[in-house]
Amino acid sequence: MSWFDDWALTLAVFLPVVGMVILLLIPRAEEGAQKLVALLTTLVTFAVGIGILFRFDYNRAGRLQFGVDKSWIDVINSRYHMGIDGISLPLLILSMFITVLCVIYSWNHFPEPHNPKAFLALILLLEVGMNGTFAAQDLILFFVFFEIVLLPMFFMIGVWGGPNREYASIKFFLFTLFGSALMLLSFLALYFLSDVHTFSIPALSALHGSGIVEGTQTLVFAGMFLGFAIKVPMFPFHTWLPDAHTEAPTVGSVLLAAIMLKLGTYGFIRIALPLLPKGAINWAPWIGGLAVIGIIYGAFCCLAQTDMKRLIAFSSVAHMGFVMLGIATLTDFGINAAIFGMVAHGLITGMLFFVAGSVQHNFHTREIKRLGGLLVQAPKMGWILGFCVMASLGLPGLAGFWGEFPAILSAFQPAPGLSDVVFRVYMVIAAIGTVLAAGYLLWMLQRVAFGTPKSEFEDADIHDVGLAEWIAWTPMLLGIVILGVYPNLLFSLTNPAVEHVSRVFAR
Amino acid sequence: MLDAAWIIPLIPALSFVAILFFGKKMPRQGSEIGIVAIATTFVLSCVAAVQWIQRVNRYEGSHQGLGALGKSLMLSTQEHGAVVKPVVHSITWWQNGAFKFGIGIQIDGLAVMMLFVVTLISLLVHIYSTAYMKGDIRFTYFYAALSLFTASMLILVVAPNTLQLLVGWELVGLCSFMLIGHWWEEGANTNAALKAFLTTRTGDIGLMIGVIITFFAAGTFNIVGINQYALSPGADHTLMVVGASCLLIGIIGKSGQFPLHTWLPDAMAGPTPVSALIHAATMVVAGVYLGARVYGVFWSGFNIGDGGMNPMAVIGAITILIGAALAFVQDDIKKVLAYSTVSQLGYMVMGLGVGSWVGAVFHLFTHAFFKALLFLGAGSVSHSGSHHSFDMKKDMGGLRKYMPITFWTFLIGSAALAGIAPLAGFWSKDEILATAGQGGFELFAIVGLVGAFLTAAYMTRCVYLTFFGEYRGHGQPHESPKAITVPLIVLAVFSVFAGLANAAPLGLEKFGEYVEPKFAFPPVIVPTFDYGLAGASLFIVLSAIGVGVFLWFREEEMHAFKGLTKRNVLARGGYALLVNKYYLDDLYEGVIVAGIKGPIARASYWINQNVIDAVVKGAGLAARAIAGGTYTLDQDVLDAGYDGLARETGASGGLLSRVQTGRLQWYALVSFAAIGVFSLALVIFR
Repeated sequence: MSWFDDWALTLAVFLPVVGMVILLLIPRAEEGAQKLVALLTTLVTFAVGIGILFRFDYNRAGRLQFGVDKSWIDVINSRYHMGIDGISLPLLILSMFITVLCVIYSWNHFPEPHNPKAFLALILLLEVGMNGTFAAQDLILFFVFFEIVLLPMFFMIGVWGGPNREYASIKFFLFTLFGSALMLLSFLALYFLSDVHTFSIPALSALHGSGIVEGTQTLVFAGMFLGFAIKVPMFPFHTWLPDAHTEAPTVGSVLLAAIMLKLGTYGFIRIALPLLPKGAINWAPWIGGLAVIGIIYGAFCCLAQTDMKRLIAFSSVAHMGFVMLGIATLTDFGINAAIFGMVAHGLITGMLFFVAGSVQHNFHTREIKRLGGLLVQAPKMGWILGFCVMASLGLPGLAGFWGEFPAILSAFQPAPGLSDVVFRVYMVIAAIGTVLAAGYLLWMLQRVAFGTPKSEFEDADIHDVGLAEWIAWTPMLLGIVILGVYPNLLFSLTNPAVEHVSRVFAR
Repeated sequence: MLDAAWIIPLIPALSFVAILFFGKKMPRQGSEIGIVAIATTFVLSCVAAVQWIQRVNRYEGSHQGLGALGKSLMLSTQEHGAVVKPVVHSITWWQNGAFKFGIGIQIDGLAVMMLFVVTLISLLVHIYSTAYMKGDIRFTYFYAALSLFTASMLILVVAPNTLQLLVGWELVGLCSFMLIGHWWEEGANTNAALKAFLTTRTGDIGLMIGVIITFFAAGTFNIVGINQYALSPGADHTLMVVGASCLLIGIIGKSGQFPLHTWLPDAMAGPTPVSALIHAATMVVAGVYLGARVYGVFWSGFNIGDGGMNPMAVIGAITILIGAALAFVQDDIKKVLAYSTVSQLGYMVMGLGVGSWVGAVFHLFTHAFFKALLFLGAGSVSHSGSHHSFDMKKDMGGLRKYMPITFWTFLIGSAALAGIAPLAGFWSKDEILATAGQGGFELFAIVGLVGAFLTAAYMTRCVYLTFFGEYRGHGQPHESPKAITVPLIVLAVFSVFAGLANAAPLGLEKFGEYVEPKFAFPPVIVPTFDYGLAGASLFIVLSAIGVGVFLWFREEEMHAFKGLTKRNVLARGGYALLVNKYYLDDLYEGVIVAGIKGPIARASYWINQNVIDAVVKGAGLAARAIAGGTYTLDQDVLDAGYDGLARETGASGGLLSRVQTGRLQWYALVSFAAIGVFSLALVIFR
């Protein structure tokens, strides 16, 4: 099986490209074949993921596995270097997993202007970028994958989006591109500042930023911070997100929330923290501050929303605040919580967007005021919405709790060198945020699902959860329960790898 | 059974899943699954209780001669350093950094007592509901939720660490939310459900932070470890004070203490069996249970051993009085009982605050029986007597003739609640008051006596309005079916005799002996039975009933008081204050919640759209303007011959300008193609 170990990551990343090429060769009229090819491609890719799960050495989760290291761009000593450890593995699997489900959901939910061929091709291209980002161990390679993601999402929003799609898509594109430009600058700076002149992430991590003085580290970190923080998105760089989510088609929103936002937080953990520890320590109080502002501020904005999808979008700002708070503590505790939060948020908010999409599909509106009595007209969908709301507000026993509570906990005792007092204040603010989260989510649930249907929809033809939806949703719902009941599945995986990251701060 | 007690919460959890998936297909729509499951857990809980008692006895047997029964034995065994320890088992649930966190069981006297109470009342409520909820549109769902609730409550009860306790705590909150909003078509019900969830969750901020603080102080979530740390001489007092205060906030939220008690009366919107199980006997005492569980933290943080005054006792005392006062102005029988629950929970919290651990827990025990009995009795009245109404003034009255079993059991429950000797409530209340009086908390003993007066008086009013006088309803009142009356009778028996578990003058102190922890437990005082205090309390209760009878039973005498609130300013003010529930709801809903949902949320969103986003948009527009300018400059400068500089600025500005003018697709395509070709070229020609 050693060939598998050598090829697994390359397959995981580039199989979707193969599928995309085949897809593009199919005549436009043959929709069935197109869907089948897309589904098979994602399934085979996911099968590779399952293979990885089986072959992964869990006793050595802290080390890079499935490594590939081939020369690529010799001029700048950038290599085709891939590998995964306990931090990347769950996110890589999540990405493969969600993509399959998105293709299944799309089966009979293609938004206007239809054109499944192009739509599915974009999903596959997106998967390339997402999988690649989680597997890359070279800064330039990382950057390329990080950027590949932008394009399909841009077209997905710009072509299949809502009425205000052009504005939203351009805003999304430019905003993130702006951040990545600075990020790239930081990568280049690292290359030139380090003695070894390499883009290799493991090599640079091993240096812990030695040889780069504190002031420079802080500056370089700022560039990365901007690139990643915009992607997360952190307050106050979040304003592209509500627009993008509101306008994006359902599957676009799901992929955006479930995977793409994690590229930013993953970047912090994989690159920014280990490569520039001193910069991270200087920035951590500010990151933590912005994170808790985001928690409260996102919640307040949620309360002001009248559109279901926009509300869920703002809730992402709040939830990613918990993730960033965990990261900002620079402790193993906080970073583990952050990764758990990333996966949980991916499943839960992804599901919420799925449900919001189906509500819109049925009612042709997402205006909370006009909705009501979903539990009467589509009881199963109503229950699923209720379940996801509970998961999202951090109910123990479901996945959301294990991202939220340990993150709050970790803020009590941040890494040495950070102010206990400041972070304890953050802890209290974050804890208050959990109440606000319960508030806006339950008020949404109450107005959408409880009560009786409004008169305009009394005779509407409402379809409850259909087959494609069941197939797409059940795995996610199960994931939320399983991770919630037995969180160690994830913690035991990430913990050894996270200890590698946090060790440098523990001194 | 003690080692395998993890199976006890597991059974109702499985029952929940089974009812959810197969309930509707069953002949009795899932209720039989629930009843069988809960009956099994009840039997297992009884086995566990018996085994625990044997364990303690065995221990005493092996230490013969060290002391007599009960307390003295405890002291002597402590001196000898060997005591009965709880049975603790756990498996790794999750890990983080250097820590491994467990999920498991901690079985000791307190846990088996709660197991017994929860499973017994849950079983009775399950049986009761077969009749009460008959024909309900969501009958199966109701039973599923009951099973889930029971499982969650049991998870909380057996928790060996504060984190598992927190998990159970939140899960029972979820069930409470689901069941209060059982009839979610009505806006009022869902409002009540939301209010309950959000209010308790507000308290949970305190719980969460308290759990975190105790974790970092003691270095563990384990309850035994936390207590050991808190009681050790080296404990960090500041952390203990803050931790205890935070945990107290959690207790205030969950156990309906002032000032967060307002959700509990509204929670009566749920079906009555739910009110009995969740909002009287079990879930609402979770706060008290928490207090009893990590008592070391409160003992050390609040210096309870020193007497005087502490936040816990004060909160409890205030709650006793404000709850009892509100019960007087309610016309809804369930609201009377709800405020009474608030008030009785006040006794328990005050009990913990004045160092009466046994008293508080004992009161929890007895209260569960008589309050569940009263709620189920009220449900029986509405089911068969008042045509599904809970309004005592409009739809009840004179029901004792039609519903004798309901009447007599309700009367027993009321007497037990009022604290008439030798019924259950008398003994447990007396234990709290005696400890308060002898432990340096005299003021709180007096508050307790005032509370006893109020309790007896409002229950007299309640019993009078419901069962005496003329029938004012419009139905045909009759006695309820057996499924309803049998649970009432069972609970009535417990309401009469449960107090004997700890009746000092009769030489019975089994409750203290078996329930009170012997390990990692503060040196609480053991009150001597005070006949003077007991007599005073009994006298106060009887006189309150006398006053009540005088006021409500003999209407002609009441004329003097009728219209008092119109004539007297003070009376009018007081009445308005009570009817408006001290205006707390107006403060919370009208000011705080409405403020956050309205102006604050809107302002945040306004800032988002008009400040933060405006910066973004402004940057875009500025870039576009600069690009336009640069382009002009570029043309001119290019003409003038400044090649290099011009090309650079033009290129960067021009890109933005093209994007902004809608040619982004073009740009995107080109840039992507460029990246692709570039990478490919480098791979091929390296």
